[in-house]
Amino acid sequence: MTFVPPDLMPALPEIFVATMACLVLVIDVYLPEARRTTTLWLSIATLLFAALLTLATAPEARVPGFHGHFVRDAMGDVLKIGVYLSMAAALLYSRDYLRNRTLFKGEYYVLALFAVLGMMVMISAASFLTVYLGLELLSLSLYALVAFDREDGRCSESAMKYFVLGALASGMLLYGISMMYGATGSLNLASVAQAIAGKGDKTLVLIFGTAFLVVGLAFKLGAVPFHMWLPDVYQGAPTSVTMIVASAPKLAAFALTMRILVEGVAPLGADWQQMLMVLAALSIAAGNVIAIAQTNIKRLLAYSTISHVGFILLGFVAGTAEGYAASMFYALTYVLMTVGSFGLLILCGRAGVEIENISDLKGLNDRSPWLAFMMLVLMMSTAGIPFLVGFYAKFAVLQAVVAQGFVGLAIFAVILSVIGAFYYLRVVKVMYFDKAEDDTTLSVSADAQVLMGANGLAVMLLGVYPSGLMALCSAAIH
Amino acid sequence: MLSQFPLLSLVIWAPILGGIGVLFVGDDSPAKARRLALVASIATFVLSIPLWTNFSLGTADMQFQELYPWIPGFKINYHLGVDGFSMPLILLTTFITVLVVIAGWEVIQYRVAQYMAAFLIMEGLMIGVFAALDAILFYVFFEAMLIPMFLVIGIWGGPRRVYATIKFFLYTFFGSVFMLVALMYMYFKSGSFEILAFHNLKLGMTEQVLIFLAFVGAFAVKVPMFPVHTWLPDAHVEAPTGGSVILAAITLKIGGYGFLRFALPITPDASASLDWLILGMSLIAVVYIGLVALIQQDMKKLIAYSSIAHMGFVTLGFFIVFSILRATESTSGAAMGIGGGMVQMVSHGFISGAMFLCVGVLYDRVHSRQIKDYGGVANTMPVFAAFMVLFGLANAGLPGTSGFVGEFMVILSSFKGSFWIAFLASFTLILGAAYTLWLIKRVVFGEVVHQHVAELQDVNAREFTILAVLAVAVLALGLWPQPLTDVMQASIERLVQHVLVTKL
Repeated sequence: MTFVPPDLMPALPEIFVATMACLVLVIDVYLPEARRTTTLWLSIATLLFAALLTLATAPEARVPGFHGHFVRDAMGDVLKIGVYLSMAAALLYSRDYLRNRTLFKGEYYVLALFAVLGMMVMISAASFLTVYLGLELLSLSLYALVAFDREDGRCSESAMKYFVLGALASGMLLYGISMMYGATGSLNLASVAQAIAGKGDKTLVLIFGTAFLVVGLAFKLGAVPFHMWLPDVYQGAPTSVTMIVASAPKLAAFALTMRILVEGVAPLGADWQQMLMVLAALSIAAGNVIAIAQTNIKRLLAYSTISHVGFILLGFVAGTAEGYAASMFYALTYVLMTVGSFGLLILCGRAGVEIENISDLKGLNDRSPWLAFMMLVLMMSTAGIPFLVGFYAKFAVLQAVVAQGFVGLAIFAVILSVIGAFYYLRVVKVMYFDKAEDDTTLSVSADAQVLMGANGLAVMLLGVYPSGLMALCSAAIH
Repeated sequence: MLSQFPLLSLVIWAPILGGIGVLFVGDDSPAKARRLALVASIATFVLSIPLWTNFSLGTADMQFQELYPWIPGFKINYHLGVDGFSMPLILLTTFITVLVVIAGWEVIQYRVAQYMAAFLIMEGLMIGVFAALDAILFYVFFEAMLIPMFLVIGIWGGPRRVYATIKFFLYTFFGSVFMLVALMYMYFKSGSFEILAFHNLKLGMTEQVLIFLAFVGAFAVKVPMFPVHTWLPDAHVEAPTGGSVILAAITLKIGGYGFLRFALPITPDASASLDWLILGMSLIAVVYIGLVALIQQDMKKLIAYSSIAHMGFVTLGFFIVFSILRATESTSGAAMGIGGGMVQMVSHGFISGAMFLCVGVLYDRVHSRQIKDYGGVANTMPVFAAFMVLFGLANAGLPGTSGFVGEFMVILSSFKGSFWIAFLASFTLILGAAYTLWLIKRVVFGEVVHQHVAELQDVNAREFTILAVLAVAVLALGLWPQPLTDVMQASIERLVQHVLVTKL
């Protein structure tokens, strides 16, 4: 048997990020404390250059690599660029936050870069092995990030929860993978699909395997009833880490779902669509209803995430290319809005004062009309009010669902989004209608302010003209 | 040649851009913000005048059309156009907004720029609602309107503003989401989001009934019709004067307009079989809400309930066509019902706006809306009293004012449908006169009992201008409604023909 070296070109962005992550680690060791910002800018530059590299080397068609374990395609490229940009924004937002809490350390950035690498591997996975590899690289980096503030008991507690439940989820996923492997004799997603299709009738082990895969995915996505870790982790982790946990990994989780369910076990679509329908409906219901009772804004955003995950899953329930494209559009815009919302919470805090409760935003319009307006835009967009991008995300998903005849499901989803609108309105109410208790003016660094502006403007511009990104998503899926 | 010029886009986007400009001027220089807002609103009004002067009367086709692809993935177009229904409402919007900007001139001192910007952006969105010919474009404008109004009530409103504004937002939002699903379903059936394509879409009876109910959900909340009217008194009472004026004069009309543009032409068979629902809700609004208005102690609440009663007339006029058809097997008189509803909408825009402005004038001086805190205002504010009496009489439907024309047309038309409907509808003439004149009597006339009333100053030049302009409008429309009815004639006739053709 001769050894054929794999073509490394399709994996160039992954190789670049891996190299840079190691390089940043080494450089940081030699940096004096005062020059720590170099690490930050180097990390951001890595991410931006990776985006350019991904764009420049984007192949015309789907390119497999590493003997079928890896795949480079348009969907992956779009999602990866989303990951780079959201992570770069998250890092820039949290600079002053970390500095004020003596968390401004090089390891933070190295872990973030490794998390990005993990997501990239997940996004480009073409076999169960790569899926698991990427997932664990991402998860381990995130566990460490959540526990980053080791002085704080709450951080350690939530990291512990995250770790235990994450490990459980990985176990479920692995169990599902092993069943699939046993039934089909292959780890490669495409051959798994072929083997299942060739079998004709569905065996029990295949159904069970699918169920375990879905459970594992639901854990990672945070769909009800596998969502328990999400609010605790969101609340316990430092806000800058919550921002990372809440944003880019959802893109990777979307890709994971696409790769495993749509490309891997596609012939069992009828089975997993039913499971996802239940998960989606429960997530939308529980996320929106429980969020109403929250006073902690991070927990509120956690439940809001759960309801958005439900909407993302709705696109999979539709089971059409339009549905997947709508889900992808939803995931991308969700990340855009989430990074902005958490970024705003970070910018509104300062040394010793952290935005924890909704009431901490009281009178924001008096303290900083600009930030209040940005939060208004983000909250209304998340609620799905039009001329903001969040509306089109919901619209596209619902349209795909209605086109498959699930009108009842669509009605259920819209009723719950009205219920959900209430808690976003409450945030707006606190900012605009209440008087400030804390009159200190907010000092926000110029670059963070520009970034916030760009973030809000993107939500508005995509709201006026969403078709560019929509077309990109549907081209990436087809 | 003018039809090539994107006039409608200009009228929609000029105030929105103006509003953004006002936001950038900021709250630190309120004088500048006010002036810029005034310029933007007047410019929009001037821009909208050619819509009327260049309107071709003989046709029911859409005019001033603009069509560009917007979201090609879903065949959603940026398609604008106006016909005899929407054009008068657009002019009403641009006209009232100018008055609202002037009305807030000195009264609003807190965050002036944000206040003015909210109204300008609101104006653009409302015009967009009337001009949109693509269902999703319509829906987008329809929903986006909620944000500025939510802020206006919540920031500048009265003591219970937070409750009122959240209620307002959730009611209207809840009503409209079902319409969104209905629109998606029709796209799934027809492959297009064009409203005019929906008009010709064949739909089965069950589908029609469900779609019709979705439309009723969206528009009945907006009108508002009994029993989903409860947000309106709260919102009106708590909103600042400008907010109440816009709510009463224009946003309520969007509900009525929705029935004409969507419910009647898209689901004619369901409308015919469920017309009792709308007629019943309208008559309850006229009679029961009229009685409720009678006992109000708060001036704004009283006017809010009177708005609901008057809007009941609008929906009654729109849906009487089916009763006329059943009773007489012809449609003569049906056009008068729809026309009466339209006239009533425009007229109510003037009158309710004027009534809320009158209350605003008093409130700015005394800081109370309670009727018992007034009495004998005519002694200290004679000019103001004259205006308020005029608008009060118009509200009661006095012949010669615009309030009479619409109500008269609708009652006349309902006689052809059913005597009992007309009989119940006629109650408004008694009830409307009762609650309005009693309000006038208690506030304007009588002895001065309160010290603060004795110290009142009469209207200043700014307030005089606003009220005078509205008084002219009320009288002009009352004495000579023909220009308005001519504009609508062709559209009404086509609609009546259209609803008679079954879609099953």
